[in-house]
Amino acid sequence: MEEKKPDATLDLRGVVCPINFVKTKLKLEEMNKGQILEIVIDPGEPMANVPRSIKEEGHRVIKVDKINDHFRLLIEKA
Amino acid sequence: MKDKKNREIKYDHNLEEQKRPKVEAELEKGKKEVFNLDQLKSGGYIRQRQKDLFTVRLRCPGGRVPFKKLKKIAEVAPKYSKKDYVHISVRQSIEIPYVHYNDFAQLAEDLKMVDQKIASCGPRVRVPTACSGCEYNPNGLVDVQKLCQEIDQKYFGIQCNHKFKISLSGCPIDCFRTNEMDLGFQGAVEPIWDEETCTGCRICGYACKEGAITNDPETGKPAIDRSKCLYCADCIRACPTSSWKEGRKGLIARVGGRHGRHPVNGSVIAELLPEEKMGSVIEKVIEWYNDRGKGRGRVRIGDILMEKWLDFVEFIKPVLGEYAVKNPKKPEFIKIHSFQSGWMPEERKFQE
Repeated sequence: MEEKKPDATLDLRGVVCPINFVKTKLKLEEMNKGQILEIVIDPGEPMANVPRSIKEEGHRVIKVDKINDHFRLLIEKA
Repeated sequence: MKDKKNREIKYDHNLEEQKRPKVEAELEKGKKEVFNLDQLKSGGYIRQRQKDLFTVRLRCPGGRVPFKKLKKIAEVAPKYSKKDYVHISVRQSIEIPYVHYNDFAQLAEDLKMVDQKIASCGPRVRVPTACSGCEYNPNGLVDVQKLCQEIDQKYFGIQCNHKFKISLSGCPIDCFRTNEMDLGFQGAVEPIWDEETCTGCRICGYACKEGAITNDPETGKPAIDRSKCLYCADCIRACPTSSWKEGRKGLIARVGGRHGRHPVNGSVIAELLPEEKMGSVIEKVIEWYNDRGKGRGRVRIGDILMEKWLDFVEFIKPVLGEYAVKNPKKPEFIKIHSFQSGWMPEERKFQE
């Protein structure tokens, strides 16, 4: 399956909870339904909370990659 | 302005009251009776230090007070209280302090207009407490408010040897301290994994706060150590592909706990107990308590449980069925006064 090309990107490395999620949420609000947002977050607390909050907002995490010590998430806006 | 409220109360009549334990009071309009102070306490009227003044405890199961009742309470309380506030008790009830016993009947009458009842104190099943549960709390797993109202309707006021407190928490964070209750119920959900839809993203491993889920270093697919799982459903909520799904949903039941001078940690006797079975468990636990407590006077169920634990486990087994915990540990004292020595709960004997 070919990976969808992101329409926007947020580098949230070093950004703590819940600011990382707030930034993600605000970015998604600017975007259109079906568009893809790429975010990079830290492991640990951000990884424990951000994907869950995205899901609770109704969006879909369509891909997760581990890149070195960080995680890259592709989110499809609902 | 000379305010008749907020007067300083100069005397502590607490000791004097011991010599004058009876008062003539009217609890219902037109029915004057002589009560001793314990009887009043049972009715939710709690004696204060101040002569003839009482705290009136209202019945607010689960701490949920509809606006209609709250408005009425706010309207009525200033009429009868000699102070200018209500007190929210640790068990979520609104208490109106500084009420003269001559005003009991009128106060009760006024509150009856919105169906607000007076609570209770003393040796009986107390008003149950609960968190908001799954209705709007994101962590909640079970509708404990609904269960709490059910308990209040069915079991409130049943006579026991001593106080009997029931509490409910919607999830394993257990804000309502079910381990400190004579009987407590806490929501729980068993996670089930579907391999086919799992993409191996590892989010579940990060979401799990208990270290119960580990993801394969190569594939990212999760393995769960059930012995570490608290049934909190964090993995289910976090999973982007919904590969973690809800399995059995139910209640963790704890019995024999209490707080106070020497708190006791209640024992888990059942896991993932279906909600429909809660009532029969309550009935059976109270039945055992009242039977084994016969002639024992004021003794909490936790104390009897520590004495007759195996008897209890056998007694309760048929009601719990497959949800019973195997070889449950009996309730144990928690030492909170670390500076105190010489008080050995293990060797404590009961006073008749």
